Amino acid sequence: MTFRPAVSDYLSILPELILIGMGLVVILFDLFGRGRGTRGLGYLSLLSLGAAAYAEWALMGRGLEGFLGSVAADDYSIAFGLIFIMVTAFTVLLSLRYLEDRELEFGEYYALLLFACAGMMFMASGLDLLMIFVGLEILSISSYILCGMIQQDPRSNEAALKYFLLGAFATGFLLYGIVALYGATGSINLREIQTALTGGAVYNNPYVWVGLAMLLVGFGFKLALVPFHMWTPDVYEGAPTAVTAFLSTGPKAAGFAALARILLGGLAAQQAEWSQVLWLLAAVTMTLGNVVAIQQENIKRMLAYSSIAHAGYILVALVAGGQQGLGGVLFYTLAYALMNTGAFAILILASGPEGERVTFSDYAGYGHVEPALALAMFLFMLSLAGVPLTAGFAGKFQIFKVAIDQGYLWLAVIGVLNSVVSIYYYLRIVVVMYMQRPVPRSLKTRAVVSIPLYTAVGLAALGVLYLGIFPSSAIGMYLDSAAALVGR
Amino acid sequence: MTLLGFPILTLIVFLPLLGVALLLFVDRAAEELAKWITLVVSGLTFLVSLPLYWAFDDKATGFQFVERHPWIAAWGAEYHLGLDGISLFLVLLTTLLTVIAVAGTWRAVEKHTREFMITLLLLEVGMNGVFVTLDVFLFYVFWEVMLFPMYFLIGVWGSDRRLYAAIKFVVYTMTASVLMLVAILVLYWLNFRATGHYSFNLLDWYQLNVGLPAQYWLFAAFALAFAVKVPMFPFHTWLPDAHVEAPTAGSVILAGVLLKMGTYGFIRFAMPLFPAALLAFLPWLLALSVIGIVYGALVCMVQPDMKKLVAYSSVSHLGFVMLGLFALNPEGVQGSILQMLNHGISTGGLFLIVGMIYERRHTKAIAEFGGLWRVMPVYTALSLIVVLSSVGLPGLNGFVGEYLILVGAFAVRPIHAVIAASAVIVAAVYLLWMVQRVYFGEVTNPKNKALHDLSWREMAVLAPLLVFMVWGGVYPKTFLGKTEASANHFVQTVQARMQAAAGAAPPVAQAAPPAAPRDALPAQRVPMESR
Repeated sequence: MTFRPAVSDYLSILPELILIGMGLVVILFDLFGRGRGTRGLGYLSLLSLGAAAYAEWALMGRGLEGFLGSVAADDYSIAFGLIFIMVTAFTVLLSLRYLEDRELEFGEYYALLLFACAGMMFMASGLDLLMIFVGLEILSISSYILCGMIQQDPRSNEAALKYFLLGAFATGFLLYGIVALYGATGSINLREIQTALTGGAVYNNPYVWVGLAMLLVGFGFKLALVPFHMWTPDVYEGAPTAVTAFLSTGPKAAGFAALARILLGGLAAQQAEWSQVLWLLAAVTMTLGNVVAIQQENIKRMLAYSSIAHAGYILVALVAGGQQGLGGVLFYTLAYALMNTGAFAILILASGPEGERVTFSDYAGYGHVEPALALAMFLFMLSLAGVPLTAGFAGKFQIFKVAIDQGYLWLAVIGVLNSVVSIYYYLRIVVVMYMQRPVPRSLKTRAVVSIPLYTAVGLAALGVLYLGIFPSSAIGMYLDSAAALVGR
Repeated sequence: MTLLGFPILTLIVFLPLLGVALLLFVDRAAEELAKWITLVVSGLTFLVSLPLYWAFDDKATGFQFVERHPWIAAWGAEYHLGLDGISLFLVLLTTLLTVIAVAGTWRAVEKHTREFMITLLLLEVGMNGVFVTLDVFLFYVFWEVMLFPMYFLIGVWGSDRRLYAAIKFVVYTMTASVLMLVAILVLYWLNFRATGHYSFNLLDWYQLNVGLPAQYWLFAAFALAFAVKVPMFPFHTWLPDAHVEAPTAGSVILAGVLLKMGTYGFIRFAMPLFPAALLAFLPWLLALSVIGIVYGALVCMVQPDMKKLVAYSSVSHLGFVMLGLFALNPEGVQGSILQMLNHGISTGGLFLIVGMIYERRHTKAIAEFGGLWRVMPVYTALSLIVVLSSVGLPGLNGFVGEYLILVGAFAVRPIHAVIAASAVIVAAVYLLWMVQRVYFGEVTNPKNKALHDLSWREMAVLAPLLVFMVWGGVYPKTFLGKTEASANHFVQTVQARMQAAAGAAPPVAQAAPPAAPRDALPAQRVPMESR
């Protein structure tokens, strides 16, 4: 029997199709318009992202599935899809000026971003393991190239190579895991796996456990969970700052989207077992990320370790599971994307064409040189630290609330103690900005003037405040989206 | 029930934000304008808060001026404000001390004046918010958010070791308060299990009967957060650093209001929510209070720095407040509530006085001074009144509170009361000894010869505090009359629930039995004012 795709099949991947198609258009435009700068391509990408967002919006609530049940445009994948689009759009805003300042005017840059976004969306919407795998590869390969964009900079090259090698390694684990699960259950479709694993002899098939373990290791690398996090600081430090902003938010969110889909939508019968493993991973990931972040002198590295810690917090929500937990994953992902992108936008704004300003001491007295930007940075740091009235607090609150509801009291205690540790290094930049005298260098370099960057900072700041003060509607929305996967 | 249908508490809490908004549009160089705006807005806030005193019904035991609106529906958090006799004066104290802090640092702020004023106003929002909120989530929000303005006051405008002091302040208080957050979440969940809906309403939570041993842990988490803030011995080590490094306005607010948040937290949250745990921990808490009283007083004796001396005296005085609270009888609790107010006034005054001499000489070392009465007679006279008020001289406000506390404590724990009373003597020693070394005798240090006496502004700053000291000492009924009903109600409910807890180990998270009738309580003493 040959499969003939119907219109609904194409509709279910419409946003992805838009992005990939427009990515190709961007490459073509770049080919014919060489030498005219890439700013136009950036705006074209923004337009495509807008179109994709509209498509997601239009698909909401329909619960479409396509291609013999291998992709779903359900509310869960749409909620994540919108987050991915937002992250990518922010990255474009961050890149416009950054690329010009560093003479990195390759049109492929934007095309790769769009492809990466489509890959992330496939990861969230894939209903079978191969689909998720393909999405992950689209994302990963685009990211490897993006990391090494600064050809002259050895650290950028190192970042790309390191990311590629460890990424390939992780992919191997993932693939072995998929194979083992296929061997045990006879299917790559998550629903069929779920059915096969619920009760019966398959439950105790050792290949299930091998597969589960391999999957966790693979995702552990992708999500930079401790002890699979070693690559993160070097990659984040070496990659172009705009790409780092993207890597620390987008792919991480996509990893969680896929992991949650696999664990809750395919391996839910094994929850008692995998949640124990994740419990341990969450505890060490939060703790190590925060403790090591304290010692960093480079803000990009500090944010890298902090992103490890934040992955740990999100993992707490996943351990708790259920509709509330998954809603927490979604909300925290959104909050983290906003605050982290905002912080990176400030780093880019503060670094003029003459070089990057990425160490703490570069920001001495910044609060008195650039009061508005410093205030925004302060807000992002408060949010990352989880201080009330910011999105970060609302997210943490939801996560720890679910954890306690589900009986994971100690995990919540470890989590809140970790946020105290994190206060120390997030406030360190505030100390430097407001409580130290400006050094001549920080006085000299005022922020570059860039409307897209200011827009990104402003939107992120507004989002952080809005989600912090009125989180209710977003949480309600995400709880509905989560219900698409785990029911109510 | 709001004041004539007008949301007065909201107005008091958020009016300072108007000042912040105005200040954002003020040019950075226009420092005078920034100060005036802040003075006017904080003065306005004080004036708006004053009618609370008259509108407050002193017979009612419940909360007044209640405002309640839905806020975060997903979690059941509400915007829920209300005032009772315990919080009434704390709000008035906050609004008054903010005005005084602004006026008191008119010349002391040397850099970033506009930002300083913004920070001060934001701090006022947080402090008033903590005292009036009845929703635990909202309480936590104010509690945490308020930390950061204080952190900036110390860190930006402090003296030499300000960075160390600021980060110590934040890490100490944060560590304690996130554990409270966990406890809040557990209670929230217990409340959900008992009632079937998510709510942060404190009044609902009072009905919870938390099982053992969970109650011990929850109480410990809450008590730790508040004990750090008070600060109770041995959690006090952040306080001297913070005080010494903070600018005068910061010290006034810190000692005057922020410390009260700890004691207020005990009254409002830790004690009524966890009666069984309170009963179990009571001997330890009483012991720590007394140790704090004595230890603080003894450490004061050897301080070479005036500001540090005043800081340690706070440890001692707040020990009194805690002792009165843990006596759990009407005298003790009323004395505590009054003493919170008194300490805010007296210690705020002491810090202002230290600040005034610091502005002139840029030192706070006692050894640098001597014979100030010859060059600054007005300053010396006013200082003496403030010091005597802090010592607890009869006729001034400090005496009434300490007396009530000691009477209350003596009724239940005579030994504790006797030891605490001895510290009153030590207080007289260390404060008067400081007076002797700083003000009396001959001018030994030539640098002090040319000091000019207080300006009109400085006298005006101290005047309201002095009026209050005399008034509070001569006619305390003005204050006790308003707090009496709430204090008695507090004692009754906590006593009744403690007895219920002592009688039978409560089942897990059931609704509590209705409060025991009044005559079931141990003999109630009528506070002396109503005799």
